[in-house]
Amino acid sequence: MIRTAAAVLRKDLLIEWRTKEAVPAMALFTVTVYVLFHFGLDRDSLDGELASGVLWVTLLLAAVIGVTRLFAAEREQGGLDAFLLAPVDRTAMFVAKAAALFVYLVALEIVAVPAFAVLLLGPDLFDGLPELVLILLLADVGLAAVGALVSALAAESRARELIVPLLLLPLVVPLLIGAASATEPLFRAGGEPEDLGRYLALLGGYDLVFLLIALAVFDFLLDD
Amino acid sequence: MFSKGLRPLAVAAVVTTLAAFALVFFYAPLDADQGFVQKIFYVHVPMAIVALGGFVAAGIMAIKHLRTGDSSWDLRSYVAIHLSIILGTGVLITGAIWAKASWGHWWVWDEPVLVSFLIVFLLYCVYYPLRFSIEDPERQARYSSVFAIAAGAFVPINFTAVRLAEAVTHPRVLSQTGGSLPGEMRLTFLVCILAMTLLFVTLWKLELTAKRTSAQLKRLRSRLELRAQAAG
Amino acid sequence: MAEPAIALDGLERRYGERVALHGVTVRLEPGATLAVLGANGAGKTTLLRVLATLLRPHAGRAAVFGSLLPGDGWKVRGRVGYLGHDPLLYRALSGRENLAYHARLHGLEPARVEQRLSAVGLARRADDPVRDLSKGMVQRLAVARATLHDPDLLLLDEPRANLDPAAAEALEPLIGRASGRARVLVSHDVDGALAEADLALGLRAGRQAFCAPAGEIDAKTARELYA
Repeated sequence: MIRTAAAVLRKDLLIEWRTKEAVPAMALFTVTVYVLFHFGLDRDSLDGELASGVLWVTLLLAAVIGVTRLFAAEREQGGLDAFLLAPVDRTAMFVAKAAALFVYLVALEIVAVPAFAVLLLGPDLFDGLPELVLILLLADVGLAAVGALVSALAAESRARELIVPLLLLPLVVPLLIGAASATEPLFRAGGEPEDLGRYLALLGGYDLVFLLIALAVFDFLLDD
Repeated sequence: MFSKGLRPLAVAAVVTTLAAFALVFFYAPLDADQGFVQKIFYVHVPMAIVALGGFVAAGIMAIKHLRTGDSSWDLRSYVAIHLSIILGTGVLITGAIWAKASWGHWWVWDEPVLVSFLIVFLLYCVYYPLRFSIEDPERQARYSSVFAIAAGAFVPINFTAVRLAEAVTHPRVLSQTGGSLPGEMRLTFLVCILAMTLLFVTLWKLELTAKRTSAQLKRLRSRLELRAQAAG
Repeated sequence: MAEPAIALDGLERRYGERVALHGVTVRLEPGATLAVLGANGAGKTTLLRVLATLLRPHAGRAAVFGSLLPGDGWKVRGRVGYLGHDPLLYRALSGRENLAYHARLHGLEPARVEQRLSAVGLARRADDPVRDLSKGMVQRLAVARATLHDPDLLLLDEPRANLDPAAAEALEPLIGRASGRARVLVSHDVDGALAEADLALGLRAGRQAFCAPAGEIDAKTARELYA
């Protein structure tokens, strides 16, 4: 199963590298939204909960773009049939897609987080980098799992572009709560990470539950 | 098949509801702080509990649907979600009324139950557009069940997460459910929950029976048409 | 005696309330060719997809190489090659990359990819993205994909579409009678299909109109399906 997932993942990353459809769009969208926030909030710099909130909400909205595109190639170019015809474990498709989304999100964050620091974060507020990376990674795992599931659910729908955000955003509220609350003290001058353990536990629990659920039900989305 | 037991159930529901009304208006004491308006709590909270229960039950029925492939489980799941969403609208409206009367605002973020309920409600509202934008009927049912399972599991996670966030910033001002209620309030409250549950199950069975009957009718009609075509 | 390549008995497949396939009964021996005839919407593609294990039967019995569908469908996936209307190729990737992906999915050696590319005459254009290839080349690549894993049963939906006679001829060893594989062939070229088939199955609105040795079906009977 892992080998099959690796083959599918490799194919997806190759296509993304060639077509550059998902990640650049997500990155561009994120930076644009930061600019919007600058004008909308009429602030030169943010700190504390405002900074944390803007960062995470923007990332989640950008994730919607990635999630919508995730199964697009399969759907449009018959890739799903090709996979279903092969003598493989079908769960590999979920693993591969979730892994691909994880990679896209990390790539996005490599651009978006520094951009955020430069554009919106007040000076000298960026101390807790290791903690931030940990929060980002944990959140990305959950986002990847839920995103892959939602993408597959919406793939057969006529109104895919509408369904994905409506479905994804409520489902990631717990993730937003955990991530934003954990990040908030990091963006405060002289702030110490409080309650970090509690929020990381929330993120970890969320990741685990949704990974398990997605693994359990995904096959039913592929069967006919 | 679904209408078995419908009549006694309906009777029980009506009786319990009347009893609940009686208790609420004549038995339960008036709340010292909030006065008469507090009584809306006897509708609001049981509605929320039953609606959430309905969502979770729909998830379990969806599991059965995927396990057995029997489409009647999908129908049961659909109707449960359908009714829970209607109840959910009631929860949000009564919640707003209560909030306005108690705190002067139409909405408060301090109440984790209400807040997490809003999120769950928004999620389940997507059930309809998701379901009806998938054309293949079999696929529609299967995908709806996957949604119902994921969303059903989401309910407790969401509740925990919101509780976690609110506990830190806004310590709970009011403690409503179960626990610290004086005897008369508690009894009234429990009867209200029972009444709401019975009402829900009755409506659920009623809608299932109605849908089944109309589906049977459609099938008979199309069979007649086919026969007429073959003969003519 | 070896198991039949295909054994269908009263196969049924619905689409909601509509009947897509009903009462399809046919038995195909290994190495033989079955021609499936019928108008558009008669259920030909549905039948192919059921045999490819992409769709599950709703009623009746369906077995491919002795494995009962849908439960044992996974056992035969490596033995069935499907060539439908969609070439199932990623337009952004090259022919070689597409075939390499399929090879990995099927657990095949990379050398197979090169061999197939030569066999279909695309060795020189193998590194061009599929979207830059002509329809004929795409079809040839699709044939390469469908036969990459040396399937014992071929499911062919208009396999010679977009191919010039020379190209079609070149592909004979892979997908023609000469390949020795069991084949289910869907084609609107009624005479051509009947000429190369052992059995002929006629579908009308999902129901079986006839199933007989191809030699016994005359052109008139076949054309009635399209009336």
